[in-house]
Amino acid sequence: MLNFLLSLIINTDLIPLAPLYGGELTLKILKMSKTYYDPADLKKFGKITEWSEELGNTFFEYYGKVFEEGALTAREKSLIALAVSHTEQCPYCIDAYSQDGLQRGITKEEMMEAIHVGAAIKGGATLVHGVQMMNKINKLDG
Amino acid sequence: MATKSLKKRDSDLANSNRQLEILSNGIFQNGDLPTFKAKISETSQFPLKAKKLEMLQINVGYMCNQVCDHCHVDAGPDRKEIMTRDTMRQCLEVIKNSGAHTLDLTGGAPEMNPDFRWFVEEAAKVGIKDFIVRSNLTIIRANKKHYDLPEFFKKHNVHVVSSMPHWTRGKTDKQRGDGVFDKSIKALQELNAVGYGMPDSGLKLDLVYNPSGAFLPGDQMSMEKDFKKALLDDFGIQFHNLFAITNLPISRFLDYLIASENYEDYMYQLVEAYNPTAVANVMCTNTLSISWEGYLYDCDFNQMLELPVNSKVKHISEFNEDLLKGRNIVISQHCYGCTAGAGSSCQGVVT
Repeated sequence: MLNFLLSLIINTDLIPLAPLYGGELTLKILKMSKTYYDPADLKKFGKITEWSEELGNTFFEYYGKVFEEGALTAREKSLIALAVSHTEQCPYCIDAYSQDGLQRGITKEEMMEAIHVGAAIKGGATLVHGVQMMNKINKLDG
Repeated sequence: MATKSLKKRDSDLANSNRQLEILSNGIFQNGDLPTFKAKISETSQFPLKAKKLEMLQINVGYMCNQVCDHCHVDAGPDRKEIMTRDTMRQCLEVIKNSGAHTLDLTGGAPEMNPDFRWFVEEAAKVGIKDFIVRSNLTIIRANKKHYDLPEFFKKHNVHVVSSMPHWTRGKTDKQRGDGVFDKSIKALQELNAVGYGMPDSGLKLDLVYNPSGAFLPGDQMSMEKDFKKALLDDFGIQFHNLFAITNLPISRFLDYLIASENYEDYMYQLVEAYNPTAVANVMCTNTLSISWEGYLYDCDFNQMLELPVNSKVKHISEFNEDLLKGRNIVISQHCYGCTAGAGSSCQGVVT
């Protein structure tokens, strides 16, 4: 867990703070070049087919079809993908669909509103479970 | 937002050799990315050869009333390179005698050349099929002497092609300067008022979209739909076609890419989006670009990089269509800009 947190530090502009953690630990931090997320890995996404060709190809074919113009426009799908990228907290997807939105001429305001839709559903999904809590409390202590 | 050209600022990147050095070194030299030559060789498309000449693109000068962030010409009010009437006369001879069906005047702001109107009047007499002037729109509102440009264009049946980076004020002004959006809207309304861009009108008005940052243009047809809806709903403006053009990594756009640390990622984007089908239709294969001094280039981008045509004929005064036909096109890594995705040219996508 500590290593994970330190990797986050390394990934941010906070790296000058690393020496605050003391000599040996500082050395360990500076030696750590591996992180869980590397933006360059997004370019390697297609390589997943190398270890399971049929499933990988089937997935990418499906993925491509999903984003084609259909009953929803490709533009609308891009905004949905951007919102879901945030609720899934997928950094690769956020990079990809922020750029995709720009390429489609989607405005910053539209993109931010889409994220709020995701946030509202996330928040709502948490809060609606409050009813379950209330049911339980009322049953036990009503 | 810059107010001076790279040249006026004595920037390193005002030097075309420096630009070519950047485009040839780094990720292309160390093999991270294939050179354009290597890439087109994969499909046996090297050397790229000029086909029948269809379009003459004449750059009548680098002077402009705007200093757009991404200008590949490095144009601006401080640029003094202007085509003379003598060179224009030589161009007129070529327009008369060549087989080209399209004449495309560009700049800078072509209207700022003092002989612009004379040239348009003379060129219109030749009766070329498609006579394009690339107008930045704001020039129409920049000075009283330009207010009648819509009428002037109409009189000579000029096909107007204008830049419009976005249908929102913020994105347009960020790229092209404060106030550009409002002036452009006014100019478009004035062009509409004399008949330009109306659904059944023969007075052609097309818009050019190029991305405001380090990303590629989206699908041209979808963007055209979005532009048409937004401009009609918000401002009552109509136009015919939208050309989606990819920004090429040269001059001020290259400067922007390097300064914003986007250069390598942008080149990766271009190479990843490489489309061999687009190579067959790139504009350099049917276009000749003529500089303000009358020198010949395969395209406006090569003109800015000072890469002259690979031919015995170097100047408009020596023009010879037969000698120019079949010449090897001069290429470098910037050419990836014209072969990404659906391809890109001064007329938009090429596939």
